[in-house]
Amino acid sequence: MAEQRITRRGLFAAGAATAVGTAAGTVAGTVAGTVAGTMAGTSAGASPSGAATEVPSGTATEPFHGVHQAGIATSPQAHAVFVAFDLKRGTGREPIARLMRLLTDDARRLTLGRGALADTEPELAASPARLTVTFGFGPGLFEAAGVDSPVRQLPEFETDKLEDRWSGGDLLVQICADDPLTVAHALRMVVKDARAFARVRWTQRGFRRGAHVQPAGATQRNLMGQLDGTVNPADLDRAVWLGQGPLRGGTTLVLRRIRMDLETWDELDRTGREFTIGRRLADGAPLTGRAEHDEPDFGRLNRLGFPVISEYAHIRRARVDDPGARMLRRPYNYDDGLAEDGTPDSGLLFAAYQADVDKQFVPVQRRLAEGDLLNEWITAIGSAVFAIPPGCAPDGWIGETLLADGP
Amino acid sequence: MNTRSALLVTATAVLLAGCGAATPAAGPAPTTSVEAAAPAQALTITDPWVKAVKEGMTAAFGTLVNHTDSPITVVAGASPLSPEIELHEVVESDNKMIMRPKDGGFVVPARGSHELKPGGDHIMLMGVKEEVKPGAEIPLTLTLQEGPPLEFTAVGKDFAGAKEDYQPGTDH
Repeated sequence: MAEQRITRRGLFAAGAATAVGTAAGTVAGTVAGTVAGTMAGTSAGASPSGAATEVPSGTATEPFHGVHQAGIATSPQAHAVFVAFDLKRGTGREPIARLMRLLTDDARRLTLGRGALADTEPELAASPARLTVTFGFGPGLFEAAGVDSPVRQLPEFETDKLEDRWSGGDLLVQICADDPLTVAHALRMVVKDARAFARVRWTQRGFRRGAHVQPAGATQRNLMGQLDGTVNPADLDRAVWLGQGPLRGGTTLVLRRIRMDLETWDELDRTGREFTIGRRLADGAPLTGRAEHDEPDFGRLNRLGFPVISEYAHIRRARVDDPGARMLRRPYNYDDGLAEDGTPDSGLLFAAYQADVDKQFVPVQRRLAEGDLLNEWITAIGSAVFAIPPGCAPDGWIGETLLADGP
Repeated sequence: MNTRSALLVTATAVLLAGCGAATPAAGPAPTTSVEAAAPAQALTITDPWVKAVKEGMTAAFGTLVNHTDSPITVVAGASPLSPEIELHEVVESDNKMIMRPKDGGFVVPARGSHELKPGGDHIMLMGVKEEVKPGAEIPLTLTLQEGPPLEFTAVGKDFAGAKEDYQPGTDH
């Protein structure tokens, strides 16, 4: 398998190399021109007409209460922080329930644009900007509470280079909003209420396109320039939400921190990049199609008799035919600074929600680990799995179906 | 809001700028999800909380709301957690903010509200014997000059502030 992969990569790399001198230069020029032109056009067009009628989006809210927690099916906000806590030793079911009551209360108020209880900066809560606060329980929390865990960490994958500082965690809080100050304030409030019970294990911040920069529902781009998240399940009741058991109305989250090697990615021309993914960069269309959402034709061959979409192209390896078995991907980019020589610490916070980790996530990751061309440039350096409890009613709290009435 | 409470709010806002005195959300508008007592009562408290503490002194806060057409006076407080409870105010003394028992208790104006907050009026628990844990529900009772007492629970919250110097009242 590995040998074959190298052969394939060698094949396209050699072909692509001949085009590097001309194509890369031309393409870079085109892209820069287009982006600059678009931006100029947009800002010039928007200011005169939009100034009078524009409604500030800071007041927009996402409902906190419901059968499901918000922040999963919610149209992704521009900014996110994922924070994981480890419970302090001896923190059992009763203190965990107290913690979740406190955090639920914070989330309930903040998502409405109100200060949390005992909030020292309530003015920072005044623009919720579609704030959502989503809670997840890791295997360690269930163990501490004396409850059977519905989740466990992922099996090992050969391509992983996991670091402790980005992996695991007993309690996850995912905070998303269209405004970074709102996210920072919500995080501050959550941390202040959590730290009597738990220590911060890691914090991961991510971003997407700013709110209203592109039409709602448009697929976001990652820092490699690809449209990222084209194929998502349509029927979330099948693919994402659990229909029975104590997690009924909940789901699971796999959060992977995927580092991108943008320096070596830069060495690859556009033909090579598109071959790697199996999609065109410009519009995300499969190499066999015309538009982003066209079904890829995995059987089509080129003049040389090779598949147009490589056997090892990312979209072929990641393909799940049954829409009900697909994971819901809600990724955020991260870009956490530069080394002295300018090398970026960049990548993707790959957040995948699915009803069943073993049936939906693991098989796909296994196929990717075995032979995805993209592995040359991406590496999972963090991994965590959480059960996402169902939502709650106005008088309830997140986790009550799992933790209430305990000793 | 009558003159007295308006004065109080203004005074605290000036003295304690930065302590959240001018919080717009703390107005008298009752909210259903966080109301601690049925609105049928003459006096209710919104968003009651207690600063978490292992033992010793701590304080309880919230917004008292008067649903009647006459003023209501809170004259005393009680809780199983602390044998001694005082109703406090925070005042300036020698360029320092100090807290001390408030003469006459807390007066909640007719159809108005009175906010208890860090840096302002508060219910002082003097000798807490049992830890006030974050997220715990602490039972409290306020004795009113007019009518039956107000009973409620306040939630324990970790809070860094509310550290005013205590100066016991000389006239109590």
